Amino acid sequence: MNVEVRLFATFRNDRGKKVFVEMEKPTPEKVLLSLGIKEEDVAILLINGLDGAFSTELVEGDYLSVFPPVGGG
Amino acid sequence: MYGYNGKYLRINLKTKEVKVEQLDLNVAKQFIGGRGLGTKFMMDEVSPKVDALSAENKLMVVTGPLTGTATPTGGRYMVVTKSPLTGTIASSNSGGYFGAELKFAGYDMVIFEDKSDEPVYLNIVDDKVEIKSADHLWGKLVGEVTDELQATHGEKSKVLTIGPAGEKLSKIAAIMNCKDRAAGRSGVGAVMGSKNLKAIVVKGSNKVGIKDPDALKAVFKESIGKIRANGVTGEGLPTYGTAVLVNIINENGVYPYKNFQSAVDEKADEISGESLKEKYLVKNTACYRCPIVCGRWCEVDGKEMAGPEYETLWAFGSDCGINDLKEIILANHWCNELGLDTISAGTTLAAAMELRELDIVKADEIEGQPLEFGNAKSIVEWTKKMAYREGFGDKLAEGSYRLTEMYGRSDLSMSVKKQELPAYDPRGIQGQGLQYATSNRGGCHVRGYLISPEILGLPEKLDRFALEGKAFWAKAFQDLTASIDSLGLCLFTSFALGADDYANLVNAVCGTDHTGDSVFEAGERIWNIEKMFNLESGVAPSEDKLPKRLLEEGIPDGPSKGWVTKLDELLPEYYELRGWTKGGIPTDERLEQLGLK
Repeated sequence: MNVEVRLFATFRNDRGKKVFVEMEKPTPEKVLLSLGIKEEDVAILLINGLDGAFSTELVEGDYLSVFPPVGGG
Repeated sequence: MYGYNGKYLRINLKTKEVKVEQLDLNVAKQFIGGRGLGTKFMMDEVSPKVDALSAENKLMVVTGPLTGTATPTGGRYMVVTKSPLTGTIASSNSGGYFGAELKFAGYDMVIFEDKSDEPVYLNIVDDKVEIKSADHLWGKLVGEVTDELQATHGEKSKVLTIGPAGEKLSKIAAIMNCKDRAAGRSGVGAVMGSKNLKAIVVKGSNKVGIKDPDALKAVFKESIGKIRANGVTGEGLPTYGTAVLVNIINENGVYPYKNFQSAVDEKADEISGESLKEKYLVKNTACYRCPIVCGRWCEVDGKEMAGPEYETLWAFGSDCGINDLKEIILANHWCNELGLDTISAGTTLAAAMELRELDIVKADEIEGQPLEFGNAKSIVEWTKKMAYREGFGDKLAEGSYRLTEMYGRSDLSMSVKKQELPAYDPRGIQGQGLQYATSNRGGCHVRGYLISPEILGLPEKLDRFALEGKAFWAKAFQDLTASIDSLGLCLFTSFALGADDYANLVNAVCGTDHTGDSVFEAGERIWNIEKMFNLESGVAPSEDKLPKRLLEEGIPDGPSKGWVTKLDELLPEYYELRGWTKGGIPTDERLEQLGLK
């Protein structure tokens, strides 16, 4: 399965804005680890724009948005 | 004297009388300073019913007890007056270096009364306070005025001024200081303009007294440690500024697009904090004693200028259907020069674009100047017309509510109590919706930043669609924020600090015996006196509402599709928690408990 990962802020360094990860039975935890991103480095994890859990079993078409601790305004 | 100077200036602009008066420290402790103290003085001295642009209104520039001290971000001040935009109490906060300098000159605040017959400015150098002619400054831009006054009074002088928008009594005019820091909201610039007061220059040579320097060192170390260790204040804001929110809010599907017609902008990344950093950022800038350093300094076509905040990127950007970062930076620059609130200016333009889209505003009214969503090349021109009240700009200068009302379509103004909403669609953030509706100065995100728990997960993550518990959080954030605004600190510290930290800081500086609880209680007292001012001014509890679009039209697409703000379900619990009547009026009992009766 192919999972779209939207990366923001410092997560873009050396990775780009958007990557696709090919993986069987993907979860956000596994997908992000494959990109070198650990759970404790993530402040906001969204699955399809909604608050997500790292252990969620993703289904076809799901996309992730991940942010490091960032900011307010 | 510790924290406070214990004295303030009272300037009568009509008679030109300058008085130094003693501050009652018991009152100061009850209302802390800044926003709270200013509102207390307004309530005591000004009938809430006055016309905001009449001589009867007063303009107060108020510091807090921590302004000008070595506390982290201790440089903020408040402009408190009656708002010509909302009819409510106005209290607009600003950073930069002006507030601290006013403290160094020996004053906790300046109260301006009546109005001058001719343009004037006030020059303060410690005990020497003079009202001087501003004939040569009237009509000039903020940058020019600042440069001229610093050339006259010394480069180290700090300058607060209005631009042409304030002179023209635009109801969305800001008061600027240090060129690009703004007491932006609620039209405070128009009040200053109505008094023929162009600027205040201040230079001081004193230090603010500290009760317990050793204790301050310890709490400073602790609080600065928390600010540096916090991901938001230690890394996110310094690296990307507030603009980092563009992508966060857009990815959540609560990023208002084209005057809140949608809540997702497919091209938002083009105007994000990440893009700003990559393409235009030269360096960061900081306000007085700030360890966060979130200000953006940009270069456009070889010219350097202050960069836009998140709100501005959105207001002139996505809310207008625009993704041209350069034009937005320029519009921001012109708002600073002309003295306009960037949120209200951009969103009023967005409302005008929708009026035009619906052919309610006709082509002949706009005299060939494009007024359409997505037309980036037009926004700087419209900003200038708005400030100078030229042509259709005369209507824009009134803000979005009055603009749309002129065409019988006030439903198209995305505002609360006639003040424009900022860059978060409350349909997908229920607590923020409640906060917007109940805000004492109308549409505003910084009276209670529920985005922090509902989106960013600080201090804990709340389900943004849930209603349960949101009334509690809204009240808590509103009360704590009122205290922070009154202390003279930046609200951004609250990502890392809690009520106990603020109590420790103010106790070390002033020798007070605040606790976390008493910091919340002071905030609640301030919230209630603001509400009383608003009720007496004629702003009814029924104004605790949101635009019809946000209550009845579900978000059309994206992650928050279908949601509206369920305000009717949230308000009763909020009023109950506040100890107010079911109709949203503070009870005598609660006012007595808070020492307000």
